Amino acid sequence: MTNFDLAVVGGGPAGMAAALKASEEGIEKIVVLERAETLGGILEQCIHTGFGLHYFGEELSGPEYAGRFIKLLEDTNIVVKTDTMVLDIADDNTVTAVNKTDGLLKISAKAVVLAMGCRERPRGALSIAGSRGAGIMTAGTAQKYVNIDGYMPGHEVVILGSGDIGLIMARRMTLEGAKVKMVCELMPYSGGLTRNIVQCLEDFDIPLKLSTTVVATHGKERLEGVTIAKVDEKLQPIPETAEYVPCDTLMLSVGLIPENELSKNAGLTLDRITNGPKVDEYRETEHKGVFACGNVLQVHDLVDYVTEESQIAGLGAAKFIKGEKISGDCIGTNGINGVRYIVPQRINRETDTDVKLYFRVGAVYTNASIVVEANGETILSKKKKKLCPGEMEYVLIKKDVIANLPKDSVITVRVEA
Amino acid sequence: MEKRELVCVACPLGCGITVTLGDGGEVLEVTGNTCKRGDAYARSECTAPTRSLTTTVRVEGGKAYVVPVKSAGPVPKGMMFDCMKVINQASVKAPVKIGDVVIKNVLGTGVDIVATNNAE
Repeated sequence: MTNFDLAVVGGGPAGMAAALKASEEGIEKIVVLERAETLGGILEQCIHTGFGLHYFGEELSGPEYAGRFIKLLEDTNIVVKTDTMVLDIADDNTVTAVNKTDGLLKISAKAVVLAMGCRERPRGALSIAGSRGAGIMTAGTAQKYVNIDGYMPGHEVVILGSGDIGLIMARRMTLEGAKVKMVCELMPYSGGLTRNIVQCLEDFDIPLKLSTTVVATHGKERLEGVTIAKVDEKLQPIPETAEYVPCDTLMLSVGLIPENELSKNAGLTLDRITNGPKVDEYRETEHKGVFACGNVLQVHDLVDYVTEESQIAGLGAAKFIKGEKISGDCIGTNGINGVRYIVPQRINRETDTDVKLYFRVGAVYTNASIVVEANGETILSKKKKKLCPGEMEYVLIKKDVIANLPKDSVITVRVEA
Repeated sequence: MEKRELVCVACPLGCGITVTLGDGGEVLEVTGNTCKRGDAYARSECTAPTRSLTTTVRVEGGKAYVVPVKSAGPVPKGMMFDCMKVINQASVKAPVKIGDVVIKNVLGTGVDIVATNNAE
């Protein structure tokens, strides 16, 4: 058994920011456990730019953004174990992990930060008819093939899902000489950032087919084509609109799922909407001393926000280790009328910090208001020119407002169109 | 006279902008934008659009197969594929460090292609 103050599970942007913050706060013995060969997480394969505009005030590529944190980490005494798989987190915060050099590792930690990130929703999660030939993959897998392994997975591509990874890969494949025939999106709007729609699709005249999905794949050994169809308002395919599109590659960009197997094993309850653990304002889960941040908690659009959230968790963990973290009566948070969820799900009434409530809306709104209420009174109301599901929003609640709310209150956030 | 419809990418708002162009391609009017940045974006998009380019370059003699690179500044939008041809013919010897210039002044644009990760 090795003793650490803090064990961080995952060495991507979330884990690195949390570990660094805790280190800055004076925590001495920190270990970062990373499954891959290197730190950096998914940023290593995100070679496009657009990272860091908020946090660093400049536009960086994924590896550059990660590189800055890796460099900072090297200048601390944080222990980094790569190629290391965490198997279990016990009730007493003992972390069990395994790697080639140490064998089975038992780490006794005062606090744990969960920063495992998320993974892509796979083909198996969709009901697309057809055999399992080569050429069907998630957009992130294709991104790894092209950007890390240096080879092209196909020449004629159809992309299902207009999330940002799908859009980015449409451009990447086109630049490398492939023909991207179309991007199909089930919903009547794209889930991607506007700049990606303009610079990844419109720049290359790639059609974005909204309210359209892939209903079948064709070809046995290798994909030969797909059948696409329009969907009705209930998102059901309309058979008369079926159309065959020849292609050798189908890329899926149909959503991200927080990777919470460890959290579930540890007995944490997950939020039904975010699929991440339920946390307080310092991102402490229901399990004392276990914190969560980054995409394992909620899927973010921008890594800058992951960094910000992870610093909150790192600070919380440091406070917990030093015995300074407040945990007492909590008030709840709840998203209603168009607000799908809120992170954090609870706030300590006697908290020592102002709290940002992060949320997403369920549809596109223009000139709407965000209204925050508790006990039938409006705490704040904020006008928004535009709200859309693809962009995470937040409202800031002052700590004295929180302190003045009666026990068992719930803060609700809603959209007023 | 020609009218062009754009979606502004200067911020997440995504304003719909209409640009009126003269016969010589000069910008006569920009409408629909809600800030100055939108106006600037629309003018540059209609007269001299640029993009930053990111791709990979083959690595020789190292553990990595490729190293990611970017154009150190924006290149003319119309030259993206020409730049890709040049970059795809190039290779670098390992080790490569973040910021190393891989191709100087690509196609006379005055823009260098630089590595955005280390490669051993």
